[in-house]
Amino acid sequence: MSNGVLKIGIHRGALEIKQFTRQRESVVFTMLFPVMLLFIFGSVFKDTLAPGVTFSQYFISGMIASGLVNTGFQQLAIMIPIERDFGTLKRLRGTPISPVSYFMGKAILVFTAMLVQVGALLLFGVLFFNLHLPSTSEKWFRFFWLVLLGSICSTVLGIAFSCVPKSGRGASAVVSPIVIVLQFFSGVFFVFSTLPKWMQEFAAFFPLKWLTQGMRSVFLPDSFAVKEVAASWEVSRILIALLIWLVVGTALALKTFRWSDR
Amino acid sequence: MSSANLAVEVKGLVKSYTGKKTGKKVAVDGIDLSVKSGEIFALLGPNGAGKTTTVEILEGYRDRDSGQVSVLGQDPNNLGIHGSAWRNRIGIVLQSTKDAEDLSVKEVVHHFAKYYQNPKDPDLVIADVGLSEKMNARVNTLSGGQRRRLDVALGIIGRPEILFLDEPTTGFDPEARRAFWELILKLKAEGVTILLTTHYLDEAEALADRVAVINNGKIIEVSTPQTLGGRNNAKALVSWLENGKKTSIQTDNPTDEVKKLTARFTGEIPELSVTRPTLEEIYISLIGETHE
Repeated sequence: MSNGVLKIGIHRGALEIKQFTRQRESVVFTMLFPVMLLFIFGSVFKDTLAPGVTFSQYFISGMIASGLVNTGFQQLAIMIPIERDFGTLKRLRGTPISPVSYFMGKAILVFTAMLVQVGALLLFGVLFFNLHLPSTSEKWFRFFWLVLLGSICSTVLGIAFSCVPKSGRGASAVVSPIVIVLQFFSGVFFVFSTLPKWMQEFAAFFPLKWLTQGMRSVFLPDSFAVKEVAASWEVSRILIALLIWLVVGTALALKTFRWSDR
Repeated sequence: MSSANLAVEVKGLVKSYTGKKTGKKVAVDGIDLSVKSGEIFALLGPNGAGKTTTVEILEGYRDRDSGQVSVLGQDPNNLGIHGSAWRNRIGIVLQSTKDAEDLSVKEVVHHFAKYYQNPKDPDLVIADVGLSEKMNARVNTLSGGQRRRLDVALGIIGRPEILFLDEPTTGFDPEARRAFWELILKLKAEGVTILLTTHYLDEAEALADRVAVINNGKIIEVSTPQTLGGRNNAKALVSWLENGKKTSIQTDNPTDEVKKLTARFTGEIPELSVTRPTLEEIYISLIGETHE
C-alpha cells in the first residue's frame, strides 16, 4: 500500500505541475517577478559593500533564499485555502487518496517551481550582475543542503500556515505581507548588518534570515564573513536553526492541516 | 430484514452546530434511516432541512453528536486504518465544486481513476456520462450541466457499491435533467445503491424506490413515492360551478359524484374538474404540518 501512496504522490506531482503551467499568472509571478526585482535593485543600487562584493551580489543571494520562501511557504499558504474554497480538498477527501500523497504532490510542485526560479536568478545573476557561482565543492554542497532543507521547511510551514487564512480570496492579503516584512527584516532588500538591532533579533526567530545568511556564505567571498553581525557565516547555527524549523514545521503541518473548512 | 442487506443504517442520529451569533442550532434531530442494497433512496426536503448534514455524516465528512451510523458495514466517523479501503467502495458527488479548472475532462477522469483499486475504464465512464465530445475540453469551459456530469464521472470511476448524490440536478434544464435521470437508472441497473438528496419532487418520483421526507432535522415519513402521505388512498376532489359559486366535494367515488351531477345539470356542468392530490401537494402539506 505504501507503494501506492508513493505512486499516487508522483501522479499528483505531475498533475500539480501541469495545472501550474496552465495558470499564466502563477508562472509569471514565479519566473519573472524575482528576476524583475533583481533588475530593479541591481540597476538602482550600484554600491560596493566590500572589495569584490557589490550590492547586487548581496541582493541576489537574498533573493535566492527568498525564492525558497516564495515557492514553498507563500505559494502553498495561498494555494491551499483556495483549493479548500473550490472543493478540491473536499473531493480528494472522499476518495481513497492518502494525505501523504497530496503532500508529496505539493512538495514536487514546490521543488520544481523552486528549481525554475532559483535557476532563473542564477542565470541572470551570472550573465548580468557579475554573480560568482560557488567556487569550491564544499560551497556547492552547502548550497544543496540549504536548498533542500530550505524548501522542505518552506513546504511544511506553507501547509501549516494554510489553516490561518479564513478564505482563499483573502489568503494572499494575509500571507504576502508576512513574506515581504520578513524579506525586509532578514536582509534581502537591505544589508542585514545595517538594520536596527531589534529587527535583526526578530528576524533571527525565522528561517529566512538563516537562509539568506547561508546563501551569502555560498555566493560571497569568505573575506566578507567579518562584515556579518556575528563576524562569521555561522554555518552550523544555520543548520541547527533550519533543522529546528523543519521539526516544528512538520509537527505543525500534521497537526493543523484540514481537508475541509468547518 | 437482515442488516446484511442494508447499505446504510442510521439510528438516532443527532447533529447540532453552535454559531457565534445564532447559538446552538440542531441540524439533525434524531434520524433513523435504512437504505437497502441496490435501491435508490431519496432524501427529500426543503433547503436547510438537514439533508446535506445527514449525507455528509454518512460520507465521513462530519462527525455527529450522537446516534449510530453504518455505511457498508463501517462507521464513517471511526474508520481508522480502514478509511482508504472504505472510500474505495463509495462514490461521492458533492454540491458545487470549482476544482480542476485548468485540466481537461480526460485528464481529470484518468487521474482520479488512479486513486482506486479497481477503477472503471475512464474513457467509457466519460462516454457514459455523455461527455465524449468534451473529452479534451478544459473543465472551466464546461456548462453547469456538463460540469455536474463530470462530478458524477468522478463519483463512479472507482466502481462504487454506494453512490451519494447531493442535489445532483440543481440548475439543470429539463432536458439535461432527463438525461441525468437515465444515467442514474443505468447505475441502479448495474447494482449500485444510490442515496440522493433533492428538493425536486419530480426527481424523487422519477428515480426513487423509497423517499424519506425530512424537515427541521426530522424524518416526517418514509415510503414509496406512490404512497407518500397516503397519496394512493387520498380522496378525489370533484368541483364545479353552481349558482355562480365554486362548489366542491371530497370523495372516494368521484365517478358516482359526476353521475349525480350529470343528472342534476342539463348539458355541460360548468367548470367541472376531478383532481387527486399531486406529490407536490402531499409534500407541501407534510412540510407545512411540521412548521407549526
